[in-house]
Amino acid sequence: MSADEDLLRRLRAGDESAFATLVEQYHAPMIRLATAYVPSRAVAEEVVQETWLGVVRGIDRFEGRSSLKTWLFRILVNRARTAGPRERRHVPLGVGETVDPDRFQADGQWAVPPAPWTDDVDGRLDAADVVGRVRELIDALPDGQREVVLLRDVEGLSSADACSILGVSEGNQRVLLHRGRARVRRMLELELGKV
Amino acid sequence: MAMAWWTRRRAVVCREAVELVTDYLEDALSRRDRQRLEAHLADCPHCTEYFEQFRVTIRTIGRIEPEELAPEVRDDLIDLYRRWSA
Repeated sequence: MSADEDLLRRLRAGDESAFATLVEQYHAPMIRLATAYVPSRAVAEEVVQETWLGVVRGIDRFEGRSSLKTWLFRILVNRARTAGPRERRHVPLGVGETVDPDRFQADGQWAVPPAPWTDDVDGRLDAADVVGRVRELIDALPDGQREVVLLRDVEGLSSADACSILGVSEGNQRVLLHRGRARVRRMLELELGKV
Repeated sequence: MAMAWWTRRRAVVCREAVELVTDYLEDALSRRDRQRLEAHLADCPHCTEYFEQFRVTIRTIGRIEPEELAPEVRDDLIDLYRRWSA
């Protein structure tokens, strides 16, 4: 029996310690994710609270086709999307450059190549300011990019799980992920005073 | 696939390579496209640096921590579960 199956069996049997395990594992990550959708901390807490209610109510109907984690995040994302202040539509993806075209020569080679900074960021990771700035920047990404970056790079979900939660194709998901990551890279470059 | 616009060319240029990082890391490139890209990276220290910066960026994003779960929040939620399963 997988860990999920075991947990699910105990949840259905009314085992409080199983529910506590779930809460301990996912409540804080769900707050982290919800915060990126809604205007305030209070609303994020409401959204997560409603998600838990949905989980408790839906546990008997959960069919186990996805992992428990994916199921939880799907419920959360659906609620957060409707609670969020912004209109959420899938923006059509055009051809987009993620690096300023001026940084290349006419033949496509670098004119202004990236200056090295990765040692700086690794050395400064303990200073929470870089990570804090990254968090702010992710919150400011366009909707689609933000959702994908959060699920993939912050929550660590697989590409298949993220696509199923967000209802996007693998290809679109990769484009959104790439653009979001590229913006964060650019921010780190500026932040660390390179170029 | 996303690569069609450049696969017809002989070699990858830097401007194209920077758009392929995520496809490469996600293993979404065809074998041939991957080989072309790797050939370019082997030759281009700037793009190699760019790819490394992308990896560090992803790692840094992964360092965003959730906050601690407050004991009273945990207890309230367990109450909710208890009431529902009662």
